[in-house]
Amino acid sequence: MKAILLLEDGTVFQGKGFGRQGEAFGEVVFNTSITGYQEIITDPSYKGQIVAMTYPLIGNYGVNDEDVESARPWLEGLVVKELSAVRSNWRSTMDLGEYLKINNIVGIQGIDTRALTRHIRLQGAMQAVLSTGEQDEKKLLEKLKAAPRLAGADLVKEVSCRAPYEWIENPKKARFKVVALDCGIKFNILRHLAAAGCKVKIVPAYTGAEEILKSKPDGVLLSNGPGDPAAVTYVVETARQLIGKVPIFGICLGHQMLGLALGGKTYKLKFGHHGANHPVKDLKTGKVAITSQNHGFCVDIKSIPNKNTVMTHLNLYDNTAEGLENKRLKLFSVQYHPEAGPGPHDAGYLFNKFTQLMEKHA
Amino acid sequence: MPKRTDIKKILIIGSGPIIIGQACEFDYSGTQACKALREEGFKVILANSNPATIMTDPQTADRTYIEPLTVEMLEKIIRKERPDALLPTLGGQTGLNLSIQLADKGILKKYGVQMIGADRKAIKKAEDRKLFKAAMQKIGLDLPKSGLAYNMREARIIAKRIGYPVIIRPSFTLGGSGGGTAYNAEDFDIYAQRGLESSMISEILVEESIIGWKEFELEVMRDKKDNVVIICSIENFDPMGVHTGDSITVAPAQTLTDREYQLMRDAAIACIREIGVDTGGSNIQFAVNPDNGRMVVIEMNPRVSRSSALASKATGFPIAKIAAKLAVGYTLDEIPNDITKGTPASFEPVIDYCVVKIPRFAFEKFPAADSTLTIQMKSVGEVMAIGRTFKEALQKGIRGLEIKRWGLEGIEYKDKQELEGELRRPNEKRLFYLCQALKEEYSIEKLYELTKIDRWFLQNLKEIVEFEEKITPDNLLEAKQMGFSDRQLARILGSDEDKVRATRIKQGIEPVYKLVDTCAAEFQAPTPYYYSTYETPFKRNGKIETENETRNDAKPKIVILGGGPNRIGQGIEFDYCCCHAAYALKEMGFETIMVNSNPETVSTDYDTSDKLYFEPLTKEDVLNIIDKEKPEGVIVQLGGQTPLNLALPLEKAGAKIIGTSPDAIDRAEDRKRFNQLVDKLGLTQPAGGTAVTVKEALAVAHKIGYPVLVRPSYVLGGRAMEIVYDDKALEYYMQHAVWVSDARPVLVDKFIEDAIEVDVDMVADGETFVIGGILEHIEEAGVHSGDAAMALPPHTLPQEILEKIRKYTHELARELHVVGLMNVQYAVRGDTVYILEVNPRASRTVPFVSKAIGVPLAKLAAKVMAGAKLKDLGFTEEVIPKHIAVKESVLPFVKFPGIDITLGPEMRSTGEVMGIDMDFNKAFAKSQLGAYQNLPLAGTVFLSVKDSDKKPALAEVAAKLEELGFKIISTVGTAAFLEKNKVYARTIQRVNQSKPNLLDLIRENKVQLIINTASGKIPRRDEVRIRSAAVSSGVPTVTTLPGAQACIKGIEALIKHKLDVKPLQKYYV
Repeated sequence: MKAILLLEDGTVFQGKGFGRQGEAFGEVVFNTSITGYQEIITDPSYKGQIVAMTYPLIGNYGVNDEDVESARPWLEGLVVKELSAVRSNWRSTMDLGEYLKINNIVGIQGIDTRALTRHIRLQGAMQAVLSTGEQDEKKLLEKLKAAPRLAGADLVKEVSCRAPYEWIENPKKARFKVVALDCGIKFNILRHLAAAGCKVKIVPAYTGAEEILKSKPDGVLLSNGPGDPAAVTYVVETARQLIGKVPIFGICLGHQMLGLALGGKTYKLKFGHHGANHPVKDLKTGKVAITSQNHGFCVDIKSIPNKNTVMTHLNLYDNTAEGLENKRLKLFSVQYHPEAGPGPHDAGYLFNKFTQLMEKHA
Repeated sequence: MPKRTDIKKILIIGSGPIIIGQACEFDYSGTQACKALREEGFKVILANSNPATIMTDPQTADRTYIEPLTVEMLEKIIRKERPDALLPTLGGQTGLNLSIQLADKGILKKYGVQMIGADRKAIKKAEDRKLFKAAMQKIGLDLPKSGLAYNMREARIIAKRIGYPVIIRPSFTLGGSGGGTAYNAEDFDIYAQRGLESSMISEILVEESIIGWKEFELEVMRDKKDNVVIICSIENFDPMGVHTGDSITVAPAQTLTDREYQLMRDAAIACIREIGVDTGGSNIQFAVNPDNGRMVVIEMNPRVSRSSALASKATGFPIAKIAAKLAVGYTLDEIPNDITKGTPASFEPVIDYCVVKIPRFAFEKFPAADSTLTIQMKSVGEVMAIGRTFKEALQKGIRGLEIKRWGLEGIEYKDKQELEGELRRPNEKRLFYLCQALKEEYSIEKLYELTKIDRWFLQNLKEIVEFEEKITPDNLLEAKQMGFSDRQLARILGSDEDKVRATRIKQGIEPVYKLVDTCAAEFQAPTPYYYSTYETPFKRNGKIETENETRNDAKPKIVILGGGPNRIGQGIEFDYCCCHAAYALKEMGFETIMVNSNPETVSTDYDTSDKLYFEPLTKEDVLNIIDKEKPEGVIVQLGGQTPLNLALPLEKAGAKIIGTSPDAIDRAEDRKRFNQLVDKLGLTQPAGGTAVTVKEALAVAHKIGYPVLVRPSYVLGGRAMEIVYDDKALEYYMQHAVWVSDARPVLVDKFIEDAIEVDVDMVADGETFVIGGILEHIEEAGVHSGDAAMALPPHTLPQEILEKIRKYTHELARELHVVGLMNVQYAVRGDTVYILEVNPRASRTVPFVSKAIGVPLAKLAAKVMAGAKLKDLGFTEEVIPKHIAVKESVLPFVKFPGIDITLGPEMRSTGEVMGIDMDFNKAFAKSQLGAYQNLPLAGTVFLSVKDSDKKPALAEVAAKLEELGFKIISTVGTAAFLEKNKVYARTIQRVNQSKPNLLDLIRENKVQLIINTASGKIPRRDEVRIRSAAVSSGVPTVTTLPGAQACIKGIEALIKHKLDVKPLQKYYV
């Protein structure tokens, strides 16, 4: 099966297709994680994006039933250098290619993914079409121009749950009631909250503050999710109303929502942070955590008028803000992924920080 | 946290001579550490006995002590220099063990020296099996079931409890010496006994066998703020049971899910914290049960290791350099990433390629040794290859090994039983048996069952084998992407290499060079460290292109070809020369381009040359680089035989070889042309001839008379070289010389008995010819120059002979128009100087000579090759030092139990040391101490020599021993000879007769020195047993009479004088 990856600036990569036959549109981003493709594929934050893995050998350990971050893959398309023809791992239940096919995801392999990565690094993230059907460049370019764009689009409503549900792993040990506002939440956040002693109620993104507070939670988690934070005004509004009333922990998009709710601004990064090796410094302790990252937008903390809001974490790669805290308002948030999945566990302590915050304000 | 200001002077202990398990990776780490610390303004005191290293260059440290690495000598250095700190983690196991001993003996405390990086407690916790096990249990990590034993009784009880097979691992040894896997009680007794003997503290670990499990390694770094990062993950192709140094290894790990990888990462971080390595790097090994994922910790090295060197080269992250900076107080976030410049070192490198390391073995040198790969390391070198896929990297690695294989190929076998046997038995050719089995359509499952090699690797091999069937001139790009070499393609397509090359270039199929950048292209990286790959073209701005990342500066360029994987005969000495060329040419304003495939070396550090190409040293790979770079010149004479063999093909393809012309090289290498050269100059060489058949060989031998020296033409390291004393032996040799052909006849030369051999190194620019050094061998001619001990300046040769040697050497260099280096070997008997060999290239002795005389010969050679004149460089006269330097070789016999250790014309040493002092006796004594020959000061000497050695010199040796207070025991014949010369020797049974015999005495440590010269070519079985027992018991053994003479002088020096230490820098003033 022939496949083509066409970027909006006219750059064309031709390779072999796998997964579903058809076309996919999205912003093409690269992810530098060496392991964890299954988690990446099932991470709802990748809605609207075509992900190119910089590590060239993908699919080596197949997929299994456990390493999922949501019920299904969300990304629009997958780009790899070489898809493994065999899977080798004792937990594996299916080949990656087969899994993508079943889940209707389009894939391309055999292209120079490093050249693609460098192109994105230099030119910035851009819209692309990945097609394993139509191969005519002109037709594809026209279709691409007509396709919706990431900036300004509300992708949260597409990935959020339709109705509330609960995540309780150990009812006896669950000391805290947490409401998680689902903007595209990763299961690993829920697993971590449960492990930290939380009983979690996950509610759809459009759920209002009043309704959230009605269930008297000990704390609220604002989750990760896809797309442009500025487009999700209803969540920002909910966050604004929750601030000060209940301890809040924001992760990734949740962090951006908090930033906006506090009156700050967000901006788009040239090609985003997608990987599992970014050093983030905790400005209080001076210690560096290696973190899992997946975001295209960033909070400009200086733009937040509330002077009690401080920057807590810094990305040592490009000195962008990675965390904020406002003790008076009982809130903190990070831009990266303390829940990992995929990635290092260095920042897992933040879930305990959240329970401590809830304990203090119980 | 900035650097510490409370310490100013730091002692670094190097790893000493190259041995199996401890090679030039520690030159790489030590050199980086010295550079990094001096950059920070610290004074660096270096102790290392190995002259062949960049580390012991007088410019690398502030004070360089080329002295034996013993506690006594180190104490003297400490007393003299009074360092504030000792950095123990960069000199391999040797450096670590010595540091521990210095601490244990209270020496560090006495002189107020603190250990930085890792302290005594942490090192002990990691190295001591019992403490390590307790530490891992404390942090909840799983380990194989095991028990410690200090004697055979305890060992047997533990083995019984665990059940066979069990692994025996001795504590505190090098490269796993003395370990083994026992499948039954009988084997167990042998391995356990050997293990107890080789352990410094007579301790062995008896362990549950996890043979066949998947093996992984993580390279970890920690700073004093407790920031921990993983630099690289490595997965072994060969499952558990094969020493990681002998395994094919792959970076990054290929078959771990993120969940499993992160658990391993957590375990590694917990491990380095619990062990308490404060700052620096550690290597942690894990095994994973392929059926259920059970993960156990195998071991931890609390120091920079072979794997760290590999990880550094695989990722671009300079582990040793960063470890040194962390040791003096910096934290990871304060140190910039050298490769990207713009980001800090506190991160985890990600790579967008696949790295394969393949070990290089030397079993052809030790035919009697067991070639089964076990947990005791046997390989002597390694090659690393980088590709965008595993398939590409593997095939590049295979051709980089230089074992006459050009990629994954099949192998001949007798029957199915042999094939499956060789698949089951880990061995150096298993990769080729796997390929053969795949060609015979063995299934992945069947192969997995036989080898336990992960199915993912097997599948990749299968894809290569299957694609080979489909190769046509129309799918060459795909073939190149799978790593097929032009040579392989030529074989497959029935063409030749040059035609394949021309065809693919016509089709636009040329490699692109990608960057090793630590970050998978996420950031811009200015450091030019490249590898080749074949990429699919894409369209940008309407043009079809492939993306090549090499940058082009305006400077004129010179390519330096390195030596590839280390092997016996071609090792660190040549890497040293290549590094010097890079330094020298940089000074002259050239852009230096290094090509090499050896991850252990300093030459493959990204900052040694201006550009680094990590590529196999084959004609194809080198020509591709030359095509892209278009250099002014290519240097082939510094990297050993490997680049030299490329000289003619490269020149033919249009490359400009600088220095001595390839034609001159050929004149020296080609037997016929060499004879013409010798005749033209009127020099004397031993009579000889060439032969292809037994009859021809006998004819030559009869004409010139026995003994004769026989060898193949075009050899390296004395491969298959032998001294033959009679028709029977000559017939045997010829019948077994399978490689012989009309094109490669056997050379039969008169062997000059009782001659003194001499090595001369010269540097010349075509006009000025300067001798670098004349080295007199200590052993008589017949011992390969790579194995012989040597003295500079000569210790016995008279002036008039030296003058003759000088004259001949000048004439040869002039005749060959040598531009660069030349090495000549002579044999001297009486007044006659025979010329044995001329090598118009860098020799193994160049670094030794350079350090002995204080002149960097390789650097000068590189400069003259690039057009400079010796006159302008200020080197026009031979330097004859007032001090004396002795080179001694180090042999790997302890790794190959049971083989004969007698020195001969076939080189078998892996490394060398230098002893330097003001007189021969002291310098020799130092060389012996450095080579770990513990010369005794008192006790019993066993003396037994062949009949031809029963001469006055022997009597003198014996008399001197008696005078020095030694007791002598001898075999009947030697004792009788001694008695005649008025020296008393007690006679003793050799081996088989009544007890106690010599073997008993050796085992009971009742013999302190053995002088035993071999009786003829085929040694007596009992003699081999004696020498072999001596090796495993650590009794110094001398196998030549001149060796014994020197040895006595050394012992006398040790008894009568105290050895003193002096830095190299002071010898030159």
